[in-house]
Amino acid sequence: MKYPHDTFPGGLKLAGHKAISNQQTIQEAPLSKHFVLPLHQHIGEASLPNVEVGDKVLKGQKIASAQDYVSVPLHAPTSGTIIDISEQPIPHPSGLSAPCITLEADGKDEWINLDPVADFTTLSEHEIRQRIRDAGIVGLGGAGFPSFIKLNPHTHHHVETLIINGIECEPYITCDDMLMRERADKIIAGIVIIRRALRVKQCIIAIEDNKPEAATAMQQAIENRSDIGDTDVMVIPTRYPAGSEKQLVQAVTGKTVPSGGLPLDVSIVCHNVGTCYAIAQAIFHGEPLISRIVTVTGEAVDKPRNFETLIGTPINLLLEHCGSKLSEDDHLIMGGPMMGFELLRYDLPVIKTCNCVLTRISSSKPKPQPLPCIRCGDCAVACPVSLLPQQLYWYTRANDLEKARDYNLFDCIECGCCSYVCPSEIPLVQYFRYAKTEAMTIEAEKRKSEHARDRYDTRLARIALEKEEKAERQRQRKAALAASKKAAEAEKQAEQQDTPT
Amino acid sequence: MKLFGLTSPFLVGNSRVTKHMIQLLLALIPALGALVYYFGYGVLINLIFATIVALLVEAFMLHLRGRPLKPFLTDGSAIVTAVLLALALPSLAPWWLTVIGIIFAIVFAKHLYGGLGYNPFNPAMAAYVLLLISFPVEMTSWLPVNSINDHPLSFTHTFQAIFSGQLPAGLTLDTISGATPLDEMKTAIGQSVDPIFVTNHKLYGMIGGKGWEVVNLCFLIGGLFLIYRRVISWHIPVAMLASLALISSITYFITPHTSATPLLHLLSGGTMICAFFIATDPVTASTTLRGRLIFGAGIGLLTYIIRVWGGYADGIAFAVLLMNMLVPTIDYYTQPVTYGHKK
Repeated sequence: MKYPHDTFPGGLKLAGHKAISNQQTIQEAPLSKHFVLPLHQHIGEASLPNVEVGDKVLKGQKIASAQDYVSVPLHAPTSGTIIDISEQPIPHPSGLSAPCITLEADGKDEWINLDPVADFTTLSEHEIRQRIRDAGIVGLGGAGFPSFIKLNPHTHHHVETLIINGIECEPYITCDDMLMRERADKIIAGIVIIRRALRVKQCIIAIEDNKPEAATAMQQAIENRSDIGDTDVMVIPTRYPAGSEKQLVQAVTGKTVPSGGLPLDVSIVCHNVGTCYAIAQAIFHGEPLISRIVTVTGEAVDKPRNFETLIGTPINLLLEHCGSKLSEDDHLIMGGPMMGFELLRYDLPVIKTCNCVLTRISSSKPKPQPLPCIRCGDCAVACPVSLLPQQLYWYTRANDLEKARDYNLFDCIECGCCSYVCPSEIPLVQYFRYAKTEAMTIEAEKRKSEHARDRYDTRLARIALEKEEKAERQRQRKAALAASKKAAEAEKQAEQQDTPT
Repeated sequence: MKLFGLTSPFLVGNSRVTKHMIQLLLALIPALGALVYYFGYGVLINLIFATIVALLVEAFMLHLRGRPLKPFLTDGSAIVTAVLLALALPSLAPWWLTVIGIIFAIVFAKHLYGGLGYNPFNPAMAAYVLLLISFPVEMTSWLPVNSINDHPLSFTHTFQAIFSGQLPAGLTLDTISGATPLDEMKTAIGQSVDPIFVTNHKLYGMIGGKGWEVVNLCFLIGGLFLIYRRVISWHIPVAMLASLALISSITYFITPHTSATPLLHLLSGGTMICAFFIATDPVTASTTLRGRLIFGAGIGLLTYIIRVWGGYADGIAFAVLLMNMLVPTIDYYTQPVTYGHKK
């Protein structure tokens, strides 16, 4: 399919470094002895454990249930014993700990009884969604939003276009590339299911032009399948961040998602290729999401490649398996070099949203002390959402967050293009993250204080009312007392009068 | 393991302020060569002297403000200011003129506003205007270009003239300096005789003012190099040159006998150095793309107005400073529409 649009403004042409890790086929990661499974691996509410320490579980068994609508369950990645449910360090930019279930593998890797569906057309849309939810599937592109919600357009939305995201615009990462090359049929099968759940007419699989093998494989898989309907592969020029959902919508359809809205607002739904694969696994094999493809790459590993990795596998196991040469000075990054975050320990678990473990990267140099902003405007040219980062920076430094909001601070997608091009090497994204958090805190405080003031006013009003009521009651009581006294006196008088002297 | 990590993005582009400044200086070399050729060694002496003074003043100000010396002395901004001011001065400008100019540029126009990145006015142009208003004689005593200069000065004589004010016996500044093409134009405006506009005038070269046309073409070449190297964007130079060309074409079309040709405007005085090296100073120019077009066009228009109807032969410096004042307003009204927002 031809690429029809002017696409999004700005962005960067980055060296891909994809060949480091896409020369090897996907391999199965070694089975770890211990698995640490954070209860909160998705956007929304954390899942709630339904096992206890000491319980024996089988591979694929549900060990934590969804707690709310925006939540998904968690499954045991292998058979073994639950040995701990407690706070553990998790892979998160904050470096903090969170509740996790720890599983000790018994080495048998014994599956629970699965419930595959041979003919998915027998399932209703609701049943499809339910199965996808029960399989614990979240967006595997990185955000981790529960996928079943994105398969549920509300009645007032009509989905016109389904966009399948096979862009993988971040340098170094190749997990989607390899998945498309090797398992295109499964991805297409997943797309067929999604199409049915959404009742969507048109589907576009978007792939960057630096992955011709993947595009060919996907095209072939489409041709092999008769029930795929109107589905096309669209090869789009390689430019970061084309894989970001909003930029992808603009690149593929020319439409823009309203600020603060969802693609659904313009009749579009986006799913990642990895998610499609997981959906096919869940429906056709009954397998919940207990593994994903993880790219292990960078210059500090001897054998960079992609692994089919069980969720909860410690990252150092993968690194050792690849021949890690990490030294004290090296940084370990989860995700890509543009939007990933640094891991401060090697033993953190792989989670559902972990697409890449990145070790040393050649072009990352020690960052020098930033110079002042010289207002060159290169950041504004690079910004894919047409912000003015130099103004946002100015107001953030001045702590004038109100003004920063006026300059659409909250539309920043933190892609890092501005920091990348800045000749003064100012960590702009870091400033904007700070500004967002700070602005939200201020907003929350404001709401809280307004709430407190309301409560205080209400209390004062209530006290005043109570006082008034009390006074009223007292007055009434007094009046009643006076009346009864009067009556008694009158009676007495009457009695005295009646009594003859 | 390290206690504090880095945050994304971990990739860094290879753009660097110092690199920009170095390329800017490289791009000035052809024009510097032309200026030395046409106006003598004074240009080079002024340039080196101004650079040394600028670095000293910059270091002194950084010391006073308690800022680290190394990153700011090596960022190249003080050198660029010095070089641009020196290139704008007449070749026999006395040393104290340079010193006053540099001190004003670095101390008042730059550091008192907060240093690199915080100055609203282009330091070199602010200094140029200060000198032009305070010392009009010294600032307008240009030597004639070499081919019509009857008293070419040797390197030693030039050096002496600049640092001691002594000219060789029998010469005064008045006798050796002459009118520039723009001075001639100013005198001729509105008169029916049009000395500079006819091709046989002694100040007329091939397509513009003698010597000045080559200097300006050299600045143009350097400027194109900067655009090619993406040190500057095309918006400001194109807008400025286009607006100057447009308005001078219109007046030339209406009154051909009393107006200068558009080429004379484009290739005289500071037109090209301004378009590519001064108006494009990122700190003091507009930062939005549409804003840059307005900013550049404004400079072109004001330059024309001052040259033709104002009190000075060239209006570049005033035009730049006036448009510098408008930058916050221009930037405010030319914000791009953010993704997902309505126009």
